Amino acid sequence: MTIPKFMAYRRENGRVGVRNHVIILPLDDLSNSACEAVANNIKGTMALPHAYGRLQFGEDLELFFRTLIGTGANPNVAAVVVIGIEPDWTDRVVRGIAETGKPVKGFSIERSGDINTIAMASRQALAYVQWATELQKEECSLDELYISVKCGESDTTSGLASNPTVGNAIDKLVEMNAVCSFGETSEITGAELICKSRGATPEIGEEFMKTWTAYNDFILKEKTDDLSGSQPTKGNIRGGLTTIEEKALGNLQKIGKKARYVGVLKPAEAPKGKGLWFMDTSSAAAEAVTLWAASGAVIHLFPTGQGNIIGNPIEPVIKLSANPLTCSTMSEHIDFDCSGILRGEMTLDQAGDLLLECIVRTANGRYTAAEGLGHREYVFTKLYRSA
Amino acid sequence: MNQEKRRAEMIQFLVHEKKDTVGVATTDLKAGEAAQGLFMDDGDKIEIKTLMDIPLGHKIALNDHKPGDGVIKYGHDIGKVVAEIRKGEHVHIHNLKTRRW
Repeated sequence: MTIPKFMAYRRENGRVGVRNHVIILPLDDLSNSACEAVANNIKGTMALPHAYGRLQFGEDLELFFRTLIGTGANPNVAAVVVIGIEPDWTDRVVRGIAETGKPVKGFSIERSGDINTIAMASRQALAYVQWATELQKEECSLDELYISVKCGESDTTSGLASNPTVGNAIDKLVEMNAVCSFGETSEITGAELICKSRGATPEIGEEFMKTWTAYNDFILKEKTDDLSGSQPTKGNIRGGLTTIEEKALGNLQKIGKKARYVGVLKPAEAPKGKGLWFMDTSSAAAEAVTLWAASGAVIHLFPTGQGNIIGNPIEPVIKLSANPLTCSTMSEHIDFDCSGILRGEMTLDQAGDLLLECIVRTANGRYTAAEGLGHREYVFTKLYRSA
Repeated sequence: MNQEKRRAEMIQFLVHEKKDTVGVATTDLKAGEAAQGLFMDDGDKIEIKTLMDIPLGHKIALNDHKPGDGVIKYGHDIGKVVAEIRKGEHVHIHNLKTRRW
């Protein structure tokens, strides 16, 4: 097998990134304003405002730090300015990101105020952006990438064609020895035993079942009805999907026919080696893709039926659809129209190859539809209320 | 070739596996037509007379179902039938519910 090559950024820790962002990362909700001011001052930087970071505790706090540090550590990011209200947790994020070897500096607002902080952080951001824009791309190969997959606003065409297309590409990527990850724990309900059987060993399958059962128990505890309208969504139902079981069997087409997952990851946890990994995530698109970006994924494959339009600020999201109505009425959102599979004009194997081509073009720098349209959904997963 | 004939030769719904009891419309189906289907696992053809309009992406029953029956798609049970379904009818939230939540 020839492994496709492209030009991309090899970072200080050897990982390959396909974008070269300089990000201004708020520790907490209070620091969003200063981060946005810095990003406005210094062109070529990007602020990533979010809603959390105060009074969180326990596992929820651990997930928060994993998400924030993971975002900064992602190979698509060249350098990071962190701004927080106080210095201690700001420094914790800076130290976490610094482990990758990339440039990162923190600023805190207390005892300086917004205006002085913005001035100092802007000078640092300018130095970073001048440094980053001079970095040269190097030849890299597809097996060096970490690729995540998740579908959204699925319909029956997802299970028939766009999800199996992703599955075909995943089988090929895993064979090349790339890193891949899937998840959507709640949305495997109805296909959980099939998913269990796809673990590389019975123990790994059991570990998945433990994760799935915990999520399902939580839904059973909190639910007030059969979730119809939430999961499946109203969009899924409009597209012809009726039950979670039907949606799950379609969803799981994304992991292909051959690949077996080699481990189970916590939300936003980085894979520990090559191959396919299961990550415990919600099935909401923006939350899940944010978790994958924080785990280090550099390109996301997103099959859609009815037309979920999600993007992510640091991880390019490639969208494909097999629904001819979606491909014609929402064409600006779709990177790859695979509706030909439904008409018998294209085989899954051809579609998988075309998707790999789309990955290589994206890795070479071509903007995805979501990037061009400015979709930068950055949404944290919160496990429970703050203290 | 006239439009009617072309329509008759076109595949209008797909069935994932031979043991499935529903197919998926890949075009809008009109009530009363002899819809042409294809089994994706073995390539066999199937024809079903549609009893109602079924939009693109929605399911058509390949046989009769009684309340309590399972509906099979991908070779697996996708939920319980809650209202009688005749062969050729639209299968959706009005006659099929999850067994899970």
